[in-house]
Amino acid sequence: MRETAPRDRGTVAAARDAAPGDRVPPEWRPVRARSVVFRHDRVRGVDLLLLPERVVVLRGAAGSIVALCDGERDVTAIVAELARRHPEAPVDAEVPAFLDRLREEGWLR
Amino acid sequence: MTGLPPVAGPPRVTELPPVAGPPPVTEPPPVAGPPPVTEPPPVAGPPPVTEPPLVTEPPRTAAPELAPPGLTTPPEPEPPWALLAELTHGCPLRCAYCSNPIELNSRSAELTGDEWADVLRQAAGLGVVQTHLSGGEPLLRRDLERIVAAADEVGVHTQLVTSGVGLHEARLAGLVEAGLRSVQLSVQHPDPDRAALIAGARASRAKERAARLVREAGLPLGLNAVLHRANLDALDALVDLGLAWGADRIELANTQFYGWALRNRDALLPDPEQVARARRTLERRRAELAGRMELVWVAPDYVDATAKPCMGGWGAISLTVTPDGTALPCPAAAELLGADAPNVREQPLGRIWRSSPAFTRYRGEDWMREPCRSCELRSVDFGGCRCQAFALTGDAARTDPVCHRSPDHGLVRELVEAARDPAPAGAYVYRGPAPSDRTRAPQKAEVSE
Repeated sequence: MRETAPRDRGTVAAARDAAPGDRVPPEWRPVRARSVVFRHDRVRGVDLLLLPERVVVLRGAAGSIVALCDGERDVTAIVAELARRHPEAPVDAEVPAFLDRLREEGWLR
Repeated sequence: MTGLPPVAGPPRVTELPPVAGPPPVTEPPPVAGPPPVTEPPPVAGPPPVTEPPLVTEPPRTAAPELAPPGLTTPPEPEPPWALLAELTHGCPLRCAYCSNPIELNSRSAELTGDEWADVLRQAAGLGVVQTHLSGGEPLLRRDLERIVAAADEVGVHTQLVTSGVGLHEARLAGLVEAGLRSVQLSVQHPDPDRAALIAGARASRAKERAARLVREAGLPLGLNAVLHRANLDALDALVDLGLAWGADRIELANTQFYGWALRNRDALLPDPEQVARARRTLERRRAELAGRMELVWVAPDYVDATAKPCMGGWGAISLTVTPDGTALPCPAAAELLGADAPNVREQPLGRIWRSSPAFTRYRGEDWMREPCRSCELRSVDFGGCRCQAFALTGDAARTDPVCHRSPDHGLVRELVEAARDPAPAGAYVYRGPAPSDRTRAPQKAEVSE
């Protein structure tokens, strides 16, 4: 999928107030929960998480982050890999908080 | 039917990260579980701030004004997310609240396993990513494993919607092997005797066993309880039952009055005081169980006098295929569409979804009349339920009579006022098998407890 992640003004405002993900331990090795199916949707051109009664649409680069959650890489390695791919992006500030939010939802362990 | 109400069909679709304005697809239930994820976009590729909004409203049905009459083509609808596959109308239970139609399909009219595999392939190609394998009791199909495998092969997430009767260890193992992802189990009442009265059959032991097996297999377990006069006051015990059985989620679905349920409406309709008590219980248990178990509430539209955003809009998010291959925009639409309902045996699913009159008739807002046409809620509730408008007024294009703004609302108001009475539920009329199946051996024998 395309790596561009356009965002709207509302989301940018939210990003300013977001928690930096400080409470995410860097040695955590995130892995997708067993009941969650992660797949690409060719019809819509997006990545998805499929759960009972629920579909989560991973916009922009969200899918490429979830794809790195293989239980092998720790948070530090995931951030490093994404920083390499997107040197201009605020990876450090945003990725740990994103991963933490997915863990809260029960989609990552 | 194992208790899946029409409004519960489509999945909740969460956009992640969120976007400005209304998301393109949202789930109908008025009270959903966890809120959509509100994290900022995780990683921006190139500098993101100047980009346009990610997602805009799906195109509405306005044709270009200058196009010559007769030559306009309807806009391409968004692809469907989910398919409700009603594999059979056969069922060991005879629930008073069953929303399947009065006229059930006979077993001999059912699509074959090959035909279902083809339907699932077509659905996946169309954009379907989830299927609910329901009925009736889908476990009555001896080829259920093959149907699950066919869905899994094309990347479609499968959930079995079952009474639990007939779900033995070996059967479940075969289904999991075939790719089954999740199970939703119907529950009629936490008390076995009262449950038997509602279901017209004893099944509580089978359900308890089924729940245990599902948990042991490591699959997510949901319970579905259709709520009405005889069980709304048992909500606390129902939630406790869900906890004891290890459910991840309980769908508390107030009865939708379609099909057979309409026949039992007087006995099922709750006292509004019961609903108020149940809501207080719901809020208390939700606060207590946050993060442990999800409690989904499907609102009682009669009592609330509020139209539900049925199916997230007609032909907008999901579709149903009935045992004999009839394709419907909503599981309750068979009676409304009659002979106009398309069939997957006669035409491709894509054509049915995109351009069949059955699916385009109430898509969007062009079909609406007053008071919906100028109502600010029309993009929220989509005019309510077409099947309910048809069932209560004989005209499917009228405003849903449950809406307090409907000119027909008196029809519903009178019934709700008459139900304002603490007396227990009256006697039910139980349903039987389809007429042509009545000479067969009793279905209970095939899947006895």
